[in-house]
Amino acid sequence: MTSPPLVLSARDVRRDYPVAGQPVHAVRGLSLDVSEGEWVAVVGPSGSGKSTLLNLLGAIDRPSGGSISIRGQDVARMGDAEATRFRLTGIGFVFQRFYLMPTLTAAENVELPMSEAKVPRAEREARAKELLRYVGLGERTGHRPFQLSGGEQQRVAIARALANRPALLLADEPTGELDARTGTEMITLLDRLNRDGTTIVTVTHDEALAGAARRVVHMRDGAIVDDVTVRPL
Amino acid sequence: MILRLALATLTRRRARTALTTAGVAVATAMLLDMVMLGSGMRESFRGFIEQQGFQLRITPRGTMPFDTEATVGGGAALVVALQGDPDVVRVAPIIGTKGFVTRAGTDSVIGAFLLGLDPTVQGDYILAEGRDVAAPDEMVVNAAWLASTGYAVGDTVALAAGYEPQVRRLRGIKTVRIVGRGRFVMLAGGDRAAALPIATVQAIGGEERRDRVSVVLVATRTGADVEAVRARIERADPRLSALSTTAALRFVDERLSYFRQLAFILASVSLAVGFLLVTTLVTVSVNERIGEIAVMRAIGVARWRIVAQVMIEGVALSAVGAILGLGLGLVTARWLNGILATFPGLPAAFDFFLFEPSAAFRSLGMIVLCGIAAGVWPAWRAATLPIARTLREEAVA
Ligand SMILES: Nc1ncnc2c1ncn2[C@@H]1O[C@H](COP(=O)(O)OP(=O)(O)O)[C@@H](O)[C@H]1O
Ligand SMILES: [Mg+2]
Repeated sequence: MTSPPLVLSARDVRRDYPVAGQPVHAVRGLSLDVSEGEWVAVVGPSGSGKSTLLNLLGAIDRPSGGSISIRGQDVARMGDAEATRFRLTGIGFVFQRFYLMPTLTAAENVELPMSEAKVPRAEREARAKELLRYVGLGERTGHRPFQLSGGEQQRVAIARALANRPALLLADEPTGELDARTGTEMITLLDRLNRDGTTIVTVTHDEALAGAARRVVHMRDGAIVDDVTVRPL
Repeated sequence: MILRLALATLTRRRARTALTTAGVAVATAMLLDMVMLGSGMRESFRGFIEQQGFQLRITPRGTMPFDTEATVGGGAALVVALQGDPDVVRVAPIIGTKGFVTRAGTDSVIGAFLLGLDPTVQGDYILAEGRDVAAPDEMVVNAAWLASTGYAVGDTVALAAGYEPQVRRLRGIKTVRIVGRGRFVMLAGGDRAAALPIATVQAIGGEERRDRVSVVLVATRTGADVEAVRARIERADPRLSALSTTAALRFVDERLSYFRQLAFILASVSLAVGFLLVTTLVTVSVNERIGEIAVMRAIGVARWRIVAQVMIEGVALSAVGAILGLGLGLVTARWLNGILATFPGLPAAFDFFLFEPSAAFRSLGMIVLCGIAAGVWPAWRAATLPIARTLREEAVA
């Protein structure tokens, strides 16, 4: 049996924050491989470097050292324009605080990355509708973020993250602002996404979320201290 | 979508957008008015002087160029002498004095500015009603004169050259007919004025006015050296000083340069105010949406699109403000013109604000350029923000 191809391969990644006087080593020489179809939950105490790692994987931050390759592209060495393009088409981001555009409707929020990627209007409208139906918001396409609950907003954010069919979905504490019940719904949605083939890396300290993932990576002080695959592919 | 986002940002904070637009409109109006003021005074003076079609204005030496109080004697001889100059084609002697009538149906005496001139070559009034003076006992008056005396065009009145208030006695009375109403370009709006043939005014003025003139206007042959004619006239009669319209314009220009500088400074201030208003608003709006912008960048929206979005905001604000300001500027210019026209001592036909479409477009263009410039810094800041750190700071906030 051949193992599935790697989506992500990080080698010796470091990230230092040059805080005056005493630089913070948020990620220190971390290596991580993620295969296609995996769902990795990165867990660890607050301040252990989880978010920093996720930002590096998603090319919204640059490592101080090491290399990060996603689908064979070296993320660490990209210029701004290239990294932006890469984030648009290669990565789907979900943030703890949803971060939808308040002036756009749910459908328009989902269309935004497609519009940026120059997907023709008819196609992106159809796909936005389809994605919102997929996350269970087929009836709410015309609603604005303020008309949606936290859980609904987060589902719109997931639909937006999936808009350009990314190789990797990155989510930083996606249940962090949700109550237990909507958090569970979110976990169910992520699980469905993963079963349907989306590779996911989530950062969380939500045990339920971590428990749902196939693989759990433990971090402490910017390094991986444990890596357990609970449900192999 | 970017355009929609930019405009949505403006409509999201309606009151703030409206206030800023109003501010830009006021700045534009001010700018436009100052541009109009700068060129208006000069142009209207030029038109004003050139409309008369005379190149030289001869006055008694030592008087102000537009003073009509002082006179010189030997008017007839002076006219003949001037006509003798080969370069002179037309000579229009004028005398300015006072005239009196009793108000219709009462015995109260009303004074007015009395202008003696040659109706065939005059450039002092523009006929607005009736016909021009054609006989020695005919007179053209202005609206203010008619209003305060109660007479109408067609009436016959007893015109007096002098009045002694102590004994309430009019002297030098002549019966004249009002044949027309004119607009006296040199006079302020409220001043009463009447014009008659110069010979009539000299005659009723008695000894005091006999053969005297206040101003002689001279038209030169096309192609003549006006400066040479001017010099010849002054040399021939040392009592006189001759001023060419070009010199008069220069004189006025010098006088107005102060106004123009003031207008320039105020115009610059308006531009600066417009610029600061728009930068402030755009900066505030960028700060307020810094998280949204960081998210857009994180999900792959290109830098230049963020720049465009922020710039559109500034341009839209300043363009709408500029258009409103154009209207506001024209209204205030007209209003100010109205106020200034009734200012004592200023000619009614004098326009302070001149609307020139090119100047208006220049003002609007400058305001819109300001709007573009105003967006540059906030746009650059928005486009280059550190994405990860901004998101983190937003999450903390
Ligand atoms: N922009 C920054 N400047 C300075 N220090 C930072 C910055 N971002 C994160 N850190 C530090 O890096 C460490 C890891 O932070 P983070 O990755 O957010 O941890 P986690 O997500 O696991 O809570 C922390 O000590 C934090 O204070
Ligand atoms: Mg974190």
